[in-house]
Amino acid sequence: MNSNYAVPAVALVVVATILVGAFGLRISRTTSDFYVASRTVGPRLNATAISGEYLSAASFLGIAGLMLVQGPDMLWYPVGYTAGYLVLLLFVAAPLRRSGAYTLPDFAEARLASQAVRRLAGTFVVGVGWLYLLPQLQGAGLTLTVLTGAPGWLGSVIVAAVVVATVAAGGMRSITFVQAFQYWLKLTALLVPALFLVLAWQGDGAPRHAFEEPATFREQRAVRVDASLDLKLDTPLTVTVSGTVDGRPHDDERLRLPAGTHHVEQGTRLTFDRGAAVPAADRGTNGGMSTSLAASREERPLYATYGLILATFLGTMGLPHVVVRFYTSPHGVAARRTTVAVLALIGGFYLLPPVYGALGRLYAPELALAGDADATVLLLPERMVGGLGGDLLGALVAGGAFAAFLSTASGLTMAVAGVLTQDVLPSRGVRHFRLGTVLAMAVPLAASILVGGLPVADAVGLAFAVSASSFCPLLVLGIWWRRLTPPGAAAGMLVGGGSAFLAVAATMAGFPGSGPLHSLLAWPALWSVPLGFLTMVLVSLATPGRVPAGTAAILARFHLPEELRAEATT
Amino acid sequence: MPQNPAERRVVVTGPPRRTLPHARLRSRGRYPHVSGYYRPRTEIDEQTTLGHTYVRSLMRTQLRAGLAVFAVLGLLIGPLPLLFAALPDARRLEWAVLGFGLYAPLVLLARWYVRRAERNERDFVRLVEDR
Repeated sequence: MNSNYAVPAVALVVVATILVGAFGLRISRTTSDFYVASRTVGPRLNATAISGEYLSAASFLGIAGLMLVQGPDMLWYPVGYTAGYLVLLLFVAAPLRRSGAYTLPDFAEARLASQAVRRLAGTFVVGVGWLYLLPQLQGAGLTLTVLTGAPGWLGSVIVAAVVVATVAAGGMRSITFVQAFQYWLKLTALLVPALFLVLAWQGDGAPRHAFEEPATFREQRAVRVDASLDLKLDTPLTVTVSGTVDGRPHDDERLRLPAGTHHVEQGTRLTFDRGAAVPAADRGTNGGMSTSLAASREERPLYATYGLILATFLGTMGLPHVVVRFYTSPHGVAARRTTVAVLALIGGFYLLPPVYGALGRLYAPELALAGDADATVLLLPERMVGGLGGDLLGALVAGGAFAAFLSTASGLTMAVAGVLTQDVLPSRGVRHFRLGTVLAMAVPLAASILVGGLPVADAVGLAFAVSASSFCPLLVLGIWWRRLTPPGAAAGMLVGGGSAFLAVAATMAGFPGSGPLHSLLAWPALWSVPLGFLTMVLVSLATPGRVPAGTAAILARFHLPEELRAEATT
Repeated sequence: MPQNPAERRVVVTGPPRRTLPHARLRSRGRYPHVSGYYRPRTEIDEQTTLGHTYVRSLMRTQLRAGLAVFAVLGLLIGPLPLLFAALPDARRLEWAVLGFGLYAPLVLLARWYVRRAERNERDFVRLVEDR
């Protein structure tokens, strides 16, 4: 990819982010400004900011890559990300805003009057936040590597530095403007190239076999395998090989590989004929955003699909950067309307990744093999449009991708730093918030550089599953059920969220290998969410004496319209 | 949704209608300073049992609205994976439905819920302010 245009585009996005943040800084004066933008953010600005924050690297690059590798089932990801906001609206949005708390731990404390539950919720916020920050940083590294060949850690460090600077300097007020700006940037960066790509597709005679399984090569194409992989062939495949296949070296030989699994060594060049089916690659964990627990999907696609649906539908409400945004609405009614606007904005955005996924299957199917599926969105303009136009469009997409990393990472850093400042660091205040910001970013940055290799889709899925099994029961029962007790809430969060965390951690460590147990552990939401709810309800019922004294008054505050409450508190 | 104001009132004033707040309170005469006329919101502010009944009735209506939309969402989404699994050849349908078909219904469901929730709150305010 030509980096002459992409690097300036990325630099422009970074500079614009800092400038817009500085603009916010000029009007960010008080502590309240800092954490919740003084709660004066109107529904439209707030909705754009929420959407800008929510559309992460996984949305911008990952979905198209996942579709390229695994087909249309992966479209459940964007559907789930969107529907999660609907569930949030139905059960949480307005009462959460009316609860008057800043963060999830604040909510837990206000509702249950328990420091222990507050600390537990804080631990989960930091954990989920760090899990979700990791893929953003890795995605940034990957993008910069694809664009310029720079080492993987450089993109992560750039994103981390810019985010810490904007968040620490301006807090929530400045972030709100940055996020709103980045939503429109991201939409433009996907929409404009998509229009040109569709035109190019039309000019190409509008081939339609993108939807067929499996994808096929439209022309003879050579693929260099960057990391050793296992090819799974359902039917025999004829291919020209330079390199090592199944342990035997070949030099530009035509091979007829029988059906079955074949091991291809790193550095091998495979040349596929026109019309050949794109074989499925099985490579375990290599750090790409599109590499997921693919094997288990093939074994139990239905179970996996429902697990994914449940995790994304119920997990959205507990993501720390999503929740903290609702406190910036001026009142409950605005919080609801904001959520509807968010649904429309992210729904509109998610119409675009499938276009890239479909065109990627047509024009760049070999990316799935080479382990570069995440680069589909970045590489398509160059491949389909070509020339100067292709380079410029590619630069636009690259800028948008960086906006995606920056915005989601700043939102998460904001939320994690808020919890660290209030619950971990000794005293409160803006100065400590800045220290918290550095801390919030340092841990995932170190993890992304040291650990590397964690499949990004898995990290995101893990964050959703843990959030759905811990925060979803806490929020829903806390808002709608009078008999929730502190021991019940703590037990539910620990059992639900903890088991989801252990299950996915075990899968990542490769514990059960395969079979039904593997699917159960890889997609835990289907059992861990009911487990979390059930534990919370049963333990609460077993400790009826521990229902907080002020429960009735607190629930009244959650649910009464503001016009009644304003007078009630005077 | 009933657009008739008379019908609306029936829905939202359900539980208070059972307790007949105005008639009963006036006859009880617990708050003589309110010149023989009593406003339910004082009950809510002072957290009496009756006040809690009001809040509970609002919570129940709101929860019912949320659950209704959630049920529609479940019926809309729930069968889709089964359908796609049953029709493995309908790839194009899967692309169309999942890629482009679901976002508009989601937004419409959200708008429907917000309208309903806001109307519930307006009716509740009208009830307790006794307007």
